[in-house]
Amino acid sequence: MTLLRRHWPSYLPWLLAFVILLAIPFLFYDWGKGRHSGFVLTLMSEIGVMAIFALSYNMLMGQAGLLSFGHAVLLGMGAYCAAHVVLLVKAGTIWLPTELVPLAGGLGGLFFGFVFGWLVTKQRATAFAMITMGLGELVSSAALMFMGFFGGEGGISIDRVMDTSLVGVKYTSPWQVYCLLLVWAFIAAVLMKLQTQTPLGSIANATRDNFERAQFVGYDPRMVRLYQFALSGFFAGIGGGLYVLIYEIVTFDTVSAGKSANALLAVYIGGAGGFFGPILGTIVVVLLQSGVSLLSNAWLLYVGILFIVMVMYAPGGLIGLLFMHMPIWRAGRMRELLLPYARAFPPALIVLLGFVLLVELASFTTIGAAQGKKFSIGGHLIDTTAPLPWVIALAALVLGALWLRREARGFRERWDAVTEAIKLKGAMS
Amino acid sequence: MEVFVVSLLNGLVYGMLLFMLASGLTLILSMMGVLNFAHASAYMLGAYFAYTISVYIGFWPALVIAPLLCGLIGAAIEMFGLRRVHRNGHIAELLFTFGLALLIEKGVQMTWGLLPVPYRVPELLDFPLFKIYGTQFPAYRAFMLVISALMFGAIWLGLTRTRIGLVIQAALTHPDMASALGHNVPRIFTLVFAAGTALAGLAGVIGGNYQVTEPAMAFTMGPIVFVVVVFGGLGSLAGCFIASILMGLIQTFAVVFDVSLADLLAKFGYTVTSSTPFAEVLNVTLPRVGALLPFLMLVLILVFRPRGLMGTRDT
Repeated sequence: MTLLRRHWPSYLPWLLAFVILLAIPFLFYDWGKGRHSGFVLTLMSEIGVMAIFALSYNMLMGQAGLLSFGHAVLLGMGAYCAAHVVLLVKAGTIWLPTELVPLAGGLGGLFFGFVFGWLVTKQRATAFAMITMGLGELVSSAALMFMGFFGGEGGISIDRVMDTSLVGVKYTSPWQVYCLLLVWAFIAAVLMKLQTQTPLGSIANATRDNFERAQFVGYDPRMVRLYQFALSGFFAGIGGGLYVLIYEIVTFDTVSAGKSANALLAVYIGGAGGFFGPILGTIVVVLLQSGVSLLSNAWLLYVGILFIVMVMYAPGGLIGLLFMHMPIWRAGRMRELLLPYARAFPPALIVLLGFVLLVELASFTTIGAAQGKKFSIGGHLIDTTAPLPWVIALAALVLGALWLRREARGFRERWDAVTEAIKLKGAMS
Repeated sequence: MEVFVVSLLNGLVYGMLLFMLASGLTLILSMMGVLNFAHASAYMLGAYFAYTISVYIGFWPALVIAPLLCGLIGAAIEMFGLRRVHRNGHIAELLFTFGLALLIEKGVQMTWGLLPVPYRVPELLDFPLFKIYGTQFPAYRAFMLVISALMFGAIWLGLTRTRIGLVIQAALTHPDMASALGHNVPRIFTLVFAAGTALAGLAGVIGGNYQVTEPAMAFTMGPIVFVVVVFGGLGSLAGCFIASILMGLIQTFAVVFDVSLADLLAKFGYTVTSSTPFAEVLNVTLPRVGALLPFLMLVLILVFRPRGLMGTRDT
């Protein structure tokens, strides 16, 4: 109790976030029909699962500096384990409340995290990236080969209504599943946050920052990597268990390289440095994926561009960009940046629109035409083979870029002046 | 016997194709430590460029123009992209090329569509060269062998007989020392990167119509090329060559022999039934394992012998 009281202020934002996330679906509640919006619930559930997955990925990438290309293996193995547990419960072989299915996934993830981790953690840096890629390809080809465990191409379908609930809920509606997901997501996120403060979490940071020195101090970096990998597998497995409950099916897609890439993109776009970076990145990626792909098939292109821009210009990710404003905010000088931001906004918007238009034009002429889709903006049908829209898009892109470059120079000067002034003030006081 | 000879030839053709891809990647990885995920994308771009050029001008100009285009793209990537992210370390470079590979795949999908394009063998070479035990050997495969052998010779001569080749060799094993001696290592790297991408493009030109030219071809070829590079070992072109041929042979032969572990056990008088433990694993036939073998090799090599076949240092 004393522990709780002492840390009370740091628990408050979590509680607040929980309440907000619980309330968001009600914003889209259809009062006339008396039911939740299915699209919003699906979207939020997807974000929840992928956020846990991205956070567990960041245990490797952010905390231990390990770049994995096969993290979906842990998510997928957790999901398969959870699916088999559900099947066993249905058959009456074992008894397990529905609420604990994600835990079964987590234990599966922990087990496979330990087994696979024993192999892959022999290496670090680039070799680790390669060996995890090999593992990912290995497992995803094995998933198509062995029918017994993986169910081949069809995957394994389950029915989540099990009559074994602890709280007497049947989980027939997406809303009930969403509530369960939210509880598990918060348990997982809090545990992962606490893990960063354990000795293991700190030593993982040490091996990331100075590998040799951590060795000198007397820690075996290999074991640190292994424990970190296995724990990360546990949390990814929880995500897998939730995945099974939401979609009621698990296919080889969950262990595929594409899923692993999703986690990598989300973590890097959001920022691997801060704890909440991956969550931010997941929200961006999933929104782009679900929101944009309704119109075109190019969401991965946008995500890819965002990713490359982050790698080239902002290695700290979105959260890093936010953190950069912290000293200025604390000094109360954000107001001075308002004008430069306002000036840079129109050209940035023009560049963005020009680029999006160009991408959409291209994708509708080739992919869209093959699928029989037509490109229309606000009811106006646009002929993608006519030169005019292409010229407009290109002109917006090029002219906007030139304008943005000019404004960016002014912005940089302003930014440097403000940060310099704050630094000087800090040094004097 | 006939199956053996035909598979040997096919494996050789595939192995040489792999070498054309892997040689550039080995040079890039050994010299600058950049694991170039976009390398197989250059292979795909080469195939697509060649397809478009062969539609308008013909296959033979494409054989020259498409690799050159790929080389130019490679040089641009190195100069405007990689150099910028270089200061953030190897992981950042790797991530950059990874993002690039994603973008190129999407770009290809948006330019040429999701379905495979009808990129075919030129008519001039579309005839069976000779018959071996009743199986025809297409002239195009012989042409592929010739091109890759020529390329192999050119690389070997370039690396051993020219001044720049010697510097590249030096930079391969001792990049810091080479730059300390006054050689412009970044410029050499741009050159190697461009040449490597051009080679990958060439592989795409002659491999695109041998296999299928589709948007997924980069992501199916990429990991296999990585396996070859790791298997061959860092800093060793000879190792890379052996690994390529070996991988080509393994993948070809794996498809041919329709046997499983259960068959092997049956020879020793042990029958596998459905109640045997691991029956499913034992019953999997070799052609189905074929796709899995390279990655099993990758994991095992990185765990037990990280320096590969003939590598000079650990991966």
